[in-house]
Amino acid sequence: MRYLPHTESEINEMLKVVGAKSIDGLFASIPPGLRFAGSLKLPKAMSEPELMKHLNGLAAKNKTNAISFLGAGAYRHLVPAAVGTIVSRSEFITPYTPYQPEISQGTLQTVFEYQTMIARIFEMDVANASHYDGATSTAEAALLALKVTKRKKILVADSVHPEYKNTIHTIISPSGYEMVEVKHDERGLVNRSHLNDLCNNEAAGLIVGYPNFFGAIDELQDMADVIHKAGGLFITSTPEPMSLGLIEAPGILGVDIVAAEGQAFGCGVNFGGPYLGIFAVKDKYLRQMPGRIVGETVDTQGKRGYVLTFATREQHIRREKATSNICSNEALCATTACVYLALLGKEGLKKLAELNFAKTEYAKEKIKTHGLKIKFTGATFNEFVVELNHNASEVIAKLSKENIFAGVDLGRWYPELKNCLLVCVTEENSKEEIDKLVSKLC
Amino acid sequence: MLIEENTLFEQSVSGRIGYSLPEADVAVNAELPQKLRRKKMAELPELSEADVVRHFVRLSTYNYNKDAGFYPLGSCTMKYNPKVADSAVQIEGFKNSHPYQPAETVHGNLELMQNFEKYLAELSGMDAVTLQPAAGAHGELTGMMVIRAYHSANGNPRKKVIIPDSAHGTNPASTALCGYSVVEVKSNEEGLLTPEAVAKVLDDDVAAIMITNPNTLGIFEYHIKEIADMVHAKGGLVYMDGANLNALMGVSRPGDFGIDVMHFNLHKTFATPHGGGGPGSGPVGVKKALEPFLPGHSKSIGQVKAFYGNFAVIVRGYAYIREMGPDGLKRATELAVLNATYIKERLSKHYHLPYTRPSLHECVFSDKFQNENDIKTLDIAKRLMDYGMHPPTIYFPLIVHGSIMIEPTETENKAACDEFCDIMIKIAEECKTTPDVVHNAPTKTFRRRLDEAKAVKDPRLTVARTCCECSES
Repeated sequence: MRYLPHTESEINEMLKVVGAKSIDGLFASIPPGLRFAGSLKLPKAMSEPELMKHLNGLAAKNKTNAISFLGAGAYRHLVPAAVGTIVSRSEFITPYTPYQPEISQGTLQTVFEYQTMIARIFEMDVANASHYDGATSTAEAALLALKVTKRKKILVADSVHPEYKNTIHTIISPSGYEMVEVKHDERGLVNRSHLNDLCNNEAAGLIVGYPNFFGAIDELQDMADVIHKAGGLFITSTPEPMSLGLIEAPGILGVDIVAAEGQAFGCGVNFGGPYLGIFAVKDKYLRQMPGRIVGETVDTQGKRGYVLTFATREQHIRREKATSNICSNEALCATTACVYLALLGKEGLKKLAELNFAKTEYAKEKIKTHGLKIKFTGATFNEFVVELNHNASEVIAKLSKENIFAGVDLGRWYPELKNCLLVCVTEENSKEEIDKLVSKLC
Repeated sequence: MLIEENTLFEQSVSGRIGYSLPEADVAVNAELPQKLRRKKMAELPELSEADVVRHFVRLSTYNYNKDAGFYPLGSCTMKYNPKVADSAVQIEGFKNSHPYQPAETVHGNLELMQNFEKYLAELSGMDAVTLQPAAGAHGELTGMMVIRAYHSANGNPRKKVIIPDSAHGTNPASTALCGYSVVEVKSNEEGLLTPEAVAKVLDDDVAAIMITNPNTLGIFEYHIKEIADMVHAKGGLVYMDGANLNALMGVSRPGDFGIDVMHFNLHKTFATPHGGGGPGSGPVGVKKALEPFLPGHSKSIGQVKAFYGNFAVIVRGYAYIREMGPDGLKRATELAVLNATYIKERLSKHYHLPYTRPSLHECVFSDKFQNENDIKTLDIAKRLMDYGMHPPTIYFPLIVHGSIMIEPTETENKAACDEFCDIMIKIAEECKTTPDVVHNAPTKTFRRRLDEAKAVKDPRLTVARTCCECSES
């Protein structure tokens, strides 16, 4: 076995040193009755060629050559080759968490730069080193608001990603907290009168999608004012952060906590994971922020260096009083995003966002001229909702057979929208692909 | 040779580009309404591709990593990460599959995940597994929520969870998130949890006991079955933190010694890389009675993250199990224990061993002997770096003052174990003869000891904006 380097003679030498007669003797501290006597019913070992053949065979049972308009929290974007080259280096892939800063400055400086990029993109004061994904970072934002305000209820726009909403509900419920949904209006935006009805001094905060699950971009400032007046925190949850190349930064519009999914920044779709939970706050909430944070300092010779900091918030110090139970995060995905955003740069992020927007507007226009309705009237970034004449699920199944993944069926989460299809258009979709989709839908 | 490297932001030159984007093939006539538009572009750096690549390659050289050498972090199972798994996750059909594709177009992924669940169940003696949790702590949270849901379905969620004083910090933190209060129970002078100690805190309000086995001293909890039976008799459940499963594969199964719920760390036992802090994957296994409460099942707690879990990490774990096979996995456990026992034996004359009971995959020393020369665990850890070794886990478990927790794993050969022991012995000698050298370590690293207090007192958590950036409109 190539990962087990011991020769028989080495094993014997080592056994002699430890004073054991056999390897089995090393397990004498396990009560005999608790030893596993059988043999594990697992498939027998494979050589590398056999294994790769097997894996390629499994992967071949998936279809990944279709024309795709799938998004909804997992976005298809072009990833420059340089990202893969850097992120596949052993120096980034194989270290543990940088607990020993003197020999981990590569990871630490990278995460520090990542935190800076996130803070600047969202115009927030401080970002942490990452969460598991957009769903869990949104749930952590809800928890932060509930703990800070000592209130029991969190308002969540019904247009927040349904899987994020589900995750918020799962995570906050055991502590006795409640999630109340705020309806959307005909624009696909937060229904302001419903929000006003729900916004009172029992609300710990308000979470809205930005852009939301329908792809729609809401105005934030008036909602910030309403929830702040009620004494709650304002939180945005962003599944597609590429939009920030074009839309106003939430930090400028009164947002206290930003939760987002960073997958779009070079991480690939990977059947849903690993992704990148982005979390950023205003300074005021730094000490309540969950997760690891990297800070700048100096070494004994005065040279600049970086360390994990504010550890007194964390589980390994505070145990049951910690701000969160998070330990391992998604550091390599943060590294990926950092490299990706460094390549894209200030200009590139804007240009790419504009490209996504333009292609999406083209698709919307084309669909409208072919007689189908764009369900919501609000402005969108790279996703939108089409109202079809049939169940979206049927259309999806039909087009899948024609090698087109048309989009996501909204009826899965919103029964009243069963005829609605969520379509995502990115720079990966050519004009021809869009035209083909439109001709098949209409 | 290590080269100093400024931040990306300090190297930025206005107008320089590192991207290559396709031209728009559609006419643009629509514009985002002005009120929604970003007024000022995000101040990302402006660099060429070569600038960016050079920057990160230089930074990477500051990182010690598993592929570079010995990495005996106790409780972290830093085993060698097979490179075939790197190839596996790059297979087009896995990498480019989307979580919302029609199910009939992702049969390969679904088959892989279903089989992987079965493998983990077989290995642990559990009945059902969810792959959704993204890390160990996330698995703990999921497992504890399943326990809460089970009790709630029986009419009473109960109030408390018993956790030994030797537990990982994530255990009490995850428990608290589930709305339970934590009752700490002390281990005895042998480092074991005793039925007597558990009996003292066990009552009808106890939802579960949360145990790590082998515990964080590397010692198998000898009374585990008896304790599990006691807790079961009171209607409680037994959770096992699977961080130390590398000690048990094919040797003893949690499901056979009374465990009801446990999590697995694919980034420990199943050789997936740690990525400098993640991503991991923390599947949860349960006994039959708890299966309905898993994510995606009939009485589900709900989902704990979006989509299916950290799929690419799962592919790596799957590849590892398939390459190792049942005998290979058992052998890995045996050799992990051999290495740890060997190191423990070789170092026991030079470092204080607070618990002498036989341990399995890891061993825990203290700095008691070295304290006589005013040397602390931290100093020893830093001195190890000067000799080109990553230090062990330090100051954990908390029950050992100045603990040094060593887990070599099975992928280290005898020479590597010997080299580590020789260096540790040499450092023990230095503590007596040249203690200043140890106090001042490390001196051969890219950075000397860093001022952690300054980082808190004078927080700098992002790269400061330059004046020209501030004034730019």
